[in-house]
Amino acid sequence: MADRSGVTGFLTATRGRGRLHWTDWVSYGYLFLGVFLMFGPVVWLVLSSFKDQNELDRFPPRFLPYAQEVLTVPGYDDPLPAFTVTEGDLAGQVVGQTRRAAGRAEVVSPDAPEDRVRLTTDMLQPVEGVAFATDNYTQLFARFDFLRYFWNSTFITIAATVIMLLVNAMAAFALSKYQFRGRNAVLLIVIGTLMIPQTVVLVPLFLIVTKLGMFNSLWGVIIPGAATPTGVFLLRQYMITIPDEILDAARMDKASEWKIFWRIILPLSAPAIAVLAILAIMWRWNDFLWPLIVLTRTENFTLQLALNSFQGELQTDWPSLLAMTVLTLLPIAAVFMFLQKYIATGIASTGGK
Amino acid sequence: MLAVITPLMRIIEIPMLALQRLLGINRLAWAFLLPNLILFGLFAFLPVILNVFYATSGSDNVLLQNRPFVGGQNFGQLLDCGNYIDANSCREDKFWRAVWNTVTFVTLQAGFMVGFALLTAVILNGRIRARGFFRSVFFFPVLLSPVVVALIWKWILQREGVLNAFLDWTGLGGINWLVDAQWAFGWSVFISVWAHMGFYTLILLAGLQAIPRDVYEAATMDGASGWRTFRRITLPLLAPTMLVVLVLALIRGVQTFDEIYAFTGGGPGTATTFIIQYIYERGFAGAPRLFGLAAAASLLVAGVLVVLTLAQLWANRRNVDG
Amino acid sequence: MRQTILRTTALAAGLGMTAGAAMAQDIRFQCYSDGNECEVYDDLLSRFEAENQGVNITVDVVPYQAILENLPVQLAAGNGPDMAKVTDLGGLNQYYLDLAPYIDTAAWDEAFGNTLDWYRAGDRQGYYGLHTQLTITGGFVNATLFEQAGVEMPGEGATWDDWATATKAVAEATDADFPMAVDRSGHRVAGPAISYGAKFLDAEGKGTFDGFKPFAEQFVAWNEDGTMARDVWASQGGATYADAAQEFINGEVVLYYSGSWQVARLDEQVGDFFDWKVIGSPCGPTGECTGMPGGAGIVGFEQTEHPELVAKIIDFLAQKDIYAEAAARTRNLPAHQGVAAEGVTFEDVTPAAQEALSAFAADLKNVSPTAFAYQGYAGNRAMFGITVERLSQAIVGELTVDDAMTRMEDDLKAAAEGSQ
Repeated sequence: MADRSGVTGFLTATRGRGRLHWTDWVSYGYLFLGVFLMFGPVVWLVLSSFKDQNELDRFPPRFLPYAQEVLTVPGYDDPLPAFTVTEGDLAGQVVGQTRRAAGRAEVVSPDAPEDRVRLTTDMLQPVEGVAFATDNYTQLFARFDFLRYFWNSTFITIAATVIMLLVNAMAAFALSKYQFRGRNAVLLIVIGTLMIPQTVVLVPLFLIVTKLGMFNSLWGVIIPGAATPTGVFLLRQYMITIPDEILDAARMDKASEWKIFWRIILPLSAPAIAVLAILAIMWRWNDFLWPLIVLTRTENFTLQLALNSFQGELQTDWPSLLAMTVLTLLPIAAVFMFLQKYIATGIASTGGK
Repeated sequence: MLAVITPLMRIIEIPMLALQRLLGINRLAWAFLLPNLILFGLFAFLPVILNVFYATSGSDNVLLQNRPFVGGQNFGQLLDCGNYIDANSCREDKFWRAVWNTVTFVTLQAGFMVGFALLTAVILNGRIRARGFFRSVFFFPVLLSPVVVALIWKWILQREGVLNAFLDWTGLGGINWLVDAQWAFGWSVFISVWAHMGFYTLILLAGLQAIPRDVYEAATMDGASGWRTFRRITLPLLAPTMLVVLVLALIRGVQTFDEIYAFTGGGPGTATTFIIQYIYERGFAGAPRLFGLAAAASLLVAGVLVVLTLAQLWANRRNVDG
Repeated sequence: MRQTILRTTALAAGLGMTAGAAMAQDIRFQCYSDGNECEVYDDLLSRFEAENQGVNITVDVVPYQAILENLPVQLAAGNGPDMAKVTDLGGLNQYYLDLAPYIDTAAWDEAFGNTLDWYRAGDRQGYYGLHTQLTITGGFVNATLFEQAGVEMPGEGATWDDWATATKAVAEATDADFPMAVDRSGHRVAGPAISYGAKFLDAEGKGTFDGFKPFAEQFVAWNEDGTMARDVWASQGGATYADAAQEFINGEVVLYYSGSWQVARLDEQVGDFFDWKVIGSPCGPTGECTGMPGGAGIVGFEQTEHPELVAKIIDFLAQKDIYAEAAARTRNLPAHQGVAAEGVTFEDVTPAAQEALSAFAADLKNVSPTAFAYQGYAGNRAMFGITVERLSQAIVGELTVDDAMTRMEDDLKAAAEGSQ
């Protein structure tokens, strides 16, 4: 075998089995660094969603959620916050604090509940243990109609994705496999509309949607969401790589153009469609600015809107917001895990050309 | 899934077949395009046209019929500049700061983005174990909403955040990342690449999968080296996909908004204020809402982008149609 | 009831049109929460529903961003809710429903004389808003740090300079990172700026930045020499809001200038980590020691199909006992003067927090008329934004203070032209 230099060369799926080459080590190194960089922050997010507000605000931050432990001392109705005494007579003992003011604290030892001792606060070290604040999650379900928001988000996402995939794939097919006058003009328009992000046309778009009677309707989010030019462009570029001979052969067999489209082109474009499906699902699921202006009624709310309603003018309820974020993330992560395998089972492995 | 799709496709086939008889094969293309054109026309193209009306009218009124026509005044205000390089000499200094910030940002971001996405895609396409797992990991940040991305990185980078805690622990000493203009800018580029690289990796991966394996086998037979195979076979065959990635990376780079807005708010000062933020603040978030100015700015940006993209497509013409 | 709404909406959605007129007495109240406000109103309004058969009030809890950015566009397009909790009090005036025909205006004048003006603008001088959440800006001090440092705390009537000197001494003697911090908000610096001589409104009642410069210079200098926590203003851009509560809670700031709404949070989160105290607003060279009033209120919109009902609902919330209960449960200072005079026993707060809230309420008498007028100025949101943006640029060194001042004047002029 010729000498192999560079990571890329080694990894073009051409190399036979054998022992690990140094490039293997490099690529695995890269991948594990990627895991750390890409996944680390997400792990942090998930752990943080189990922290209470105090722990979230804490400097410097800690990896696991901690909370101060409490002591039940006979004679006191409520459990007392637990501290370890660092100096003085009680040094090393765990005590419960009954009161604290102006740098001084009153504590009792669980062994001698009647004996109240006064100490300065710098002699006390809080006793803390790992505690997952699952309240953050359970509160959510008590507070609002989580299932309704979930359903709204799901409905919007599925409907918009299906419409977008079908419509975009049809357009991409036309733009990649037919020669007709005006093709370049259409392509130009598609690319032109790519240039305008929704953020800058919020107001005109809002007026159009209102005129069409789609204000405060889920369709007001679905239909404009399906009109994304990215998909046309992406699919067209992929379909170009499908050899025309396949189409010609099918036409010989008297297959209708529509049949060619959905029996041949669509299956062969599976990897690109899978990519687009993942993106579309993700975009619609995470969509915020647009639903925020179109949907104002609680019964129409999506998860993202409900999530952001924890943000007030002056205060934000971070623990609830984070818990909600993690919950919102789960379904889409599951969808991705499911769809990502289709990317790999494209043309190359199904034997087509 | 298929149980739903197959009958649906059969139903659509009936009118499409009729149309095919009526129009002939090549003109049938328009039938394929029609649904998309309607959607586009209404929800992508019409807003742009309306934006032209906004751009040529004044006041903070939302309804077009109530807005007085002012001609090119909004454009004039944007372009009123002593020296375009020096934002301080311009009437709309924030616009020009945003423009130059965006130019620098896109150059850096698109370069890193495409480079790392290609590297990652190629590695993921290779013979590695647990490919699905690694692929998921690299894509995972794309699933996060922009607000969450910003939040996570704020935790990490704030004065007493995770990174500084770590640097303190190693004895290197922390840096106040978000107060320093250069660092904040650098991190904005990093975060943007972090959050979107998976998107481009996935597109490239799909492109790589489309390259028939026998091409490689032939190359291996010929004794071509890995690097050579990559340059002579992989890259050319990947060209249409690369073009998508490049064009999208540039366009989306210019359109960077949500996560950086939530991350730095455009600061410190205006160091990470990009063009879409300028438009958003002028036309939507700020007071008063100067829709006209915002619309004019969005048209200028779109104009420049169209020209750049066309240039890019023209340069790649052979590859595209090849 | 709930089922009916859902069915109506589903039907309407299916037909591709908006629901709304379907039910005769269906009221939509768009609310945002800084704490538990919307929950409390929902609960209080259910009493109204019980008293008025056939009325159904739905509280739609939306993100604050929706109130600030989207509600005005929806109102302009004629798609607004029946009523909402808003903060851009004067700015949305043109859409407000005048409650005057349906309420006892004399009683309202007596109870809300201070705040009714904030909802008025130009020649629209009716009764529009029920101020539900009165806030006032002021300082919080970490008393424990003062004690540790052995520095004496400046007393009543101390100036910003006195506080700067004292807090610097404290920060040097302790672990605290910053002597002082101010929220990143044009509203927050307005009080101190007035104490330094800012006018904000000219003789004709139009916005101006005359007299703002002394404060700007001082504030920028304090940010440069580390007296102010530079992070708060410098690590953000645009008009983005940022607070320094987290730093204060962690004991890193000696004096934190924010406002009454922070009390509940500090009470809950500082716990017994240190002792803190409300000091009101320090004085400036002009002798003024003013904070800035503010807050949110509930308004009805002219677009509603049930103006009388909306007015009745708002009037219901304005009743003394209901208002007092809402203030107690939401832990907000009352704007109702009768309620304020009797004092409110806030729910679920420690004695320290109760004392702090009372201290803020007592500080209202120090608020200068300029601050009241500025809060009531319809164009103040634009001015707050301009202040934050340009002052930040001066702090990070993109502009000199002089240039920043010139830019502020220009921005203000452009805003005035743009909103004509």
